[in-house]
Amino acid sequence: MADMTPEKTKMPEQEPTVRNKNFYEVSLGYTAEMAVKEANRCLNCKNRPCVSGCPVNVQIPDFIALVAKGDFEGAYNVISKTNSLPAVCGRVCPQELQCEGKCVRGIKAESVGIGRLERFVADYHREHGEDIKVDIKPNGKKVAVIGAGPAGLTCAGDLARLGYSVTVFEAFHTAGGVLVYGIPEFRLPKKIVASEVEGLKKLGVNIMTDMVIGKVLTVEEIKEMGFEAIFIGSGAGLPMFMGIEGEDALGVYSANEFLTRINLMKAYLDGYDTPIKKTDSVAVVGGGNVAMDASRCAKRLGAKHVYIIYRRSEAEMPARREEVLHAKEEEIEFRFLCNPVRILTDENYRVTGIECIKMQLGEPDASGRRRPEKIEGSEFVIDVDSVIMALGTSPNPLLPNTSKDLAVSPRGCIVVDENMQTSIENVYAGGDSVSGAATVISAMGAGKRAAAAIDEKLSKK
Amino acid sequence: MFKIADKKVLNSAVTSLTVEAPFIAKKAKAGQFVIVRIDEKGERIPLTVSDFDPETGTVTLVIQAVGFTTKKLSAMNKGDFLADVVGPLGLPTEFGSPKKAIVIGGGVGCAIAYPQAKALHNMGADVTVIAGFRSKDIVILEEEMKAVSDRLFITTDDGSYGEKGLVTDVLRRLLDDGGYDLVIAIGPVIMMKFVSLTSKPYGVKTLVSLNPIMIDGTGMCGGCRVRVGGETKFACVDGPDFDGHLVDFDELMRRNSLFREEEAHACRLEEKVNG
Repeated sequence: MADMTPEKTKMPEQEPTVRNKNFYEVSLGYTAEMAVKEANRCLNCKNRPCVSGCPVNVQIPDFIALVAKGDFEGAYNVISKTNSLPAVCGRVCPQELQCEGKCVRGIKAESVGIGRLERFVADYHREHGEDIKVDIKPNGKKVAVIGAGPAGLTCAGDLARLGYSVTVFEAFHTAGGVLVYGIPEFRLPKKIVASEVEGLKKLGVNIMTDMVIGKVLTVEEIKEMGFEAIFIGSGAGLPMFMGIEGEDALGVYSANEFLTRINLMKAYLDGYDTPIKKTDSVAVVGGGNVAMDASRCAKRLGAKHVYIIYRRSEAEMPARREEVLHAKEEEIEFRFLCNPVRILTDENYRVTGIECIKMQLGEPDASGRRRPEKIEGSEFVIDVDSVIMALGTSPNPLLPNTSKDLAVSPRGCIVVDENMQTSIENVYAGGDSVSGAATVISAMGAGKRAAAAIDEKLSKK
Repeated sequence: MFKIADKKVLNSAVTSLTVEAPFIAKKAKAGQFVIVRIDEKGERIPLTVSDFDPETGTVTLVIQAVGFTTKKLSAMNKGDFLADVVGPLGLPTEFGSPKKAIVIGGGVGCAIAYPQAKALHNMGADVTVIAGFRSKDIVILEEEMKAVSDRLFITTDDGSYGEKGLVTDVLRRLLDDGGYDLVIAIGPVIMMKFVSLTSKPYGVKTLVSLNPIMIDGTGMCGGCRVRVGGETKFACVDGPDFDGHLVDFDELMRRNSLFREEEAHACRLEEKVNG
């Protein structure tokens, strides 16, 4: 009989006033006891709606049943069959919109803490488990993957398990993509990403860093090197700006720049050479996970006031619910229904403030969310010395620009068919470079489908 | 890891490092740059490729020791390794098909002006090089520039070598004579600004090579944004070369000063670097 406690077993966290001054992980994870207790809340229902909510098809009730029995390694084996980055997913997936959003327990009370359990199992395995010996039979076929982010790493892992010789080309000096440059340490410790990448290397995946494809090699040249198929998972790395007055002033950054300095370059740690400006008060423009990450990083760097400026209301915020909650606890100040009009500067062109206009919600727009409209004459100024633009990103045009036959949409997204093949034969693509900026897990799902499609195609040859 | 195959000290502040980077050497073209990171804790800095040799698989970088990382780089030796060299980034220079070109280098900028002059010379253009320095003791690459130009003018601020004066003095004289259809200027932002102002009334196409603050070099951080003709461009992917008559140089100078305070702090670690 399932444990009918209405609430999820709470996961221990660092105190908000402590953690907003350090970069250690916010959530501390379940103990074995907590995990077993939470696992017992699962009804193990017949319909398994949770599985249908998982983009990578994790057999959720099966792994939870093993956790309930205390067989954590067994649970890991179930998860890792379909999910190559479980420690990552347990931390960054928007579970409320996926597995947990479909959980039967969520109808009357709180859903089962599937994400927390996945995280526990992956962490347990990393700390206690032995490497699972995978029996790989090399098939002699070479596949190239462009981009070592969630899509590329997933595709590479799946293909390696099937016996392909996989080379991943990564533009940065470290593999991980958005997992290393975008998501901060306090949400996803980088040693976890590194250990997932190590796991792929053990499967025989060759990762070549410092390779900007489109510049150092073209897609055509990679084909000529003997790779029978190519998967493009180059992400959506191009930052957007608003185009308002003062946006080029000193102290205005894209969230990409701010987060990369901190996460990838470790500018917040002593001994690292990359500089970062210490600021007193910061305005972060945007309402997604990236805005939450940037604001919480700014707080941790010592800013007294950190404002999130978002043009719609809290209900429309695209950020993961837990991140919004954590940000509020950490004294991030939300200014909903506001939109920046211009950035104010001093005579040295340094930021002194941001002028905003108040907004109200009108009729729903194409996204189904109510369209924000200006309230004329409601302009006001927030005094800040830095502004971080977290407005979203679009796919990087570097690859399409140098591979003329690669079809892209008017928005710059790579066009693929139902088998995830691009306009070039045997060149596949998936993740943010196809969909535009989305989630880690949807990119992983795309990498997985592409790996299956590539295998289908090449194994027929 | 990228091995330093050769090192030359060009003057007291300028060093040339030739680095083994076969993939980049095969692809590089005049005007492109690389991003370099010295070690695990290093920052990523952009350096324009001064020379490249697909045969030996090497690229040559000329470094002026002005900041923390450039000082550290200058102190490195043949046989040492750089953690990362990424490139070739940016768009190659689009020379068009000029008949008579003026290539201007200011100080360490001559290291980048040189391959431009070489490329134009190899295309069969008539090439005039104007190289400006503060004084005689920091003159670099004189023989190399002479070899790829039809005439070479050297100016020094103090008159200790060549002509006393600025590169723009010579430029104005040449433009008055007429017949030139391209000016390329590489050097301090202030020099590029005044070269562009000088050439503008003559209506001669003027290219400048910008080197703003950036991290990734692939269009991701937006730190290198510059105003060109009223539009925001990313120097790393839309440049680094731009039409000098359209660049907002004053803004570029402001943006390049952003981390000056942090830089000054880092430079106090100099003993650590050189020790």
